[in-house]
Amino acid sequence: MIGLGHFLVVGAILFTLGVLGILLNRRNIIVILMSIELILLAVNINFVAFSVFLGDMVGQIFTMFVLTVAAAEAAIGLAILVIYFRNRGTISVDDAQLMRG
Amino acid sequence: MMIQAIVFLPLLAFLIAGIGNRAIGAFAAKSITTGALFISCALSWITFIGLINGAPATDHVIAEWFRSGDLSVSWALKVDMLTGVMLVVITSVSALVHLYSWGYMEEDPDQPRFFAYLSLFTFAMLMLVTADNLVQLFFGWEGVGLASYLLIGFWFKKPSANAAAIKAFVVNRVGDFGFMLGIFGLFMLFGTVSIDGILSAVPSAKGATFTFLGQEVDAVTTLALLLFVGACGKSAQLPLHTWLPDAMEGPTPVSALIHAATMVTAGVFLVCRMSPLFDASPTASTVVTYVGAATALFAATVATVQNDIKRVIAYSTCSQLGFMFFAAGVGAYGAAMFHLFTHAFFKALLFLCAGSVIHAMHHEQDMRHYGALRKAIPLTFAAMVIGTIAITGVNYTSGYFSKDSILFSAWESGSEAGRVAFFVGIFSSLLTSFYSWRLIFKTFFGEARWAGSEHIQHAVHGDHAHHDNHADAHHAPATGTAGYHPHESPLSMMIPLALLGFGALFAGFIFNDLFVGGETAFWRGALVHNAEFYESLHHVPALVHWAPAIVMALGLLIAWRTYIAKPGSSELFKQQFHVLHRFLSKKWYFDELYSAVLIKPALAIGRFFWKRGDQGLIDHFGPDGLTRVVASGSAAASRLESGLIYSYALVMLIGVAGFATWFIVT
Repeated sequence: MIGLGHFLVVGAILFTLGVLGILLNRRNIIVILMSIELILLAVNINFVAFSVFLGDMVGQIFTMFVLTVAAAEAAIGLAILVIYFRNRGTISVDDAQLMRG
Repeated sequence: MMIQAIVFLPLLAFLIAGIGNRAIGAFAAKSITTGALFISCALSWITFIGLINGAPATDHVIAEWFRSGDLSVSWALKVDMLTGVMLVVITSVSALVHLYSWGYMEEDPDQPRFFAYLSLFTFAMLMLVTADNLVQLFFGWEGVGLASYLLIGFWFKKPSANAAAIKAFVVNRVGDFGFMLGIFGLFMLFGTVSIDGILSAVPSAKGATFTFLGQEVDAVTTLALLLFVGACGKSAQLPLHTWLPDAMEGPTPVSALIHAATMVTAGVFLVCRMSPLFDASPTASTVVTYVGAATALFAATVATVQNDIKRVIAYSTCSQLGFMFFAAGVGAYGAAMFHLFTHAFFKALLFLCAGSVIHAMHHEQDMRHYGALRKAIPLTFAAMVIGTIAITGVNYTSGYFSKDSILFSAWESGSEAGRVAFFVGIFSSLLTSFYSWRLIFKTFFGEARWAGSEHIQHAVHGDHAHHDNHADAHHAPATGTAGYHPHESPLSMMIPLALLGFGALFAGFIFNDLFVGGETAFWRGALVHNAEFYESLHHVPALVHWAPAIVMALGLLIAWRTYIAKPGSSELFKQQFHVLHRFLSKKWYFDELYSAVLIKPALAIGRFFWKRGDQGLIDHFGPDGLTRVVASGSAAASRLESGLIYSYALVMLIGVAGFATWFIVT
């Protein structure tokens, strides 16, 4: 029988993968965007799992919102990325340090 | 109203010329200042003649200056005989110097500034002599010091002129310190700074004492000596004389006005103004006598070896001021003022003549490069000879009357100091005669030595390609004219020479009875005047009576023999007595002594506090330390700001984890 714990473990693994993807990735900003998606998905899985096991629909509805926002975020992120690539000719994370003090 | 006009016209002219400056142009500035001075001069003579004819002494209060407790000071113009004498001296010489400067400063680009300063000086000097209280006198005293500083450093692009200006200011500061202490002490003792108030209370203050460092000191003597310290600074007496020769860096009209005729006599004026105070203290008078005599001798000896024409006259001024001081010291204040009066004419004349020579010789001041000028500039030659016979005291010139009355007073006073001053004075007169004629002979006689002069070479060739030529010129002056033709000065410079020449010849004869004439004298209580004493001057021993004339002739003879009859003998003397010559040309090593005793330690202390105290301690731990902390802190903070997304993300993550831990734990 698959219980709540299994869902949460999957969510935790996804979340950790996402975080590590952000932290360890040095080359590609697209990977960062994908990692953020992974983190959001992990959150979604938690929402849905709790929603089902607690019998409360709010979690699933909230998941729909998160998915929408994530889609919008990915669209804007990719658009920025395209412009960025056009200007700089690279999407390497190490080179993106205009804010360096 | 007359006295207000006399004093404030120069101030007005200064303000117009000084503020207008380039906007109104050189001609307007010159006309306004010179015009104002001539009006002021005419009014001064009217005032003076009025006073001689018995006009009463007056005191015009203009405004209250300040009041603080018992101390109340007003701006007031006091007109008595002493002031009257100073008024005519100051305004006459100043007006003539203004006129003279039209020619002398012709080519200077900064003429409005120059004339404005001259007028400022005249105003300050008039405030000084018309003061009825010591605070206003001090105001004028500082004002003339300021004007002197500005005018010595008038050519401020010359480092030597700036150094000389600062030196004059600083040395005067030493004297002013004594003067200020004297004013404080007088206020403490008498409760007033009014000159009349102090002088009328002097008899009752005799024997009063101050306690200083556990010692009882006589108050009147102390205060007189403190005032005398101030007088020494202003009048270039030993040991505060070092600034005067250096002050010759200023333009020559300035030397004539400030450093010969007027400002440097302010010390003599002060002693005469406070004569009852000095008269009440035999000790102070003795000190004044000795200092004056020592300065007269010292400056006269140094003047005999100087080569710069202006420095010879500067030391001569110093020496003549010494004469005035020992006259005041032996109680002959009238004689001191008389010499001040005649000296103003002939010394201003000598300086302006020197200026005319310098003008003719294209700014060459070294007498070793003069010679044979009497045919080239005959009018200047004539005027300078008049000045010289006046200063050496040829019979019936003005110097004869005033110097003889000083020397006879010194003899007649009968005190030991007086006798010493008499013999020193006679010897100084011999030297005076010698160096004055030496100046004439080296400048106007002999063969032309112009070729050795850098300035003349520039004037003739208009280029700077003669460095190898004048490198050895200092050892053996080249002879010849180098093709140069000196030109006589313009009319604006010759008129002052003529008028001053008249004064130098006849001022003594005209005013002798008024200044030192016993019963007929005109002082009327403006200074201490003992009629019997002056009557006794007519009955000095024959040898004393003839001594000044004898040494005058002797000095002329020696100078003639040394520089005309046997031209090589001065070189011979130099070789035989090179130690003496060196001692004299180094001015008795006063500058070296002050440098070693005062200046070098002061510099060392200053450097210690600068390097160790200020930079090493205060700056190191204060401002510099703080900035170092801030700078290193911000450098560390900026290292956090890498601009990389993943490091921000990491920090964020750590923060979130930290918050989560915090909430879970609590």
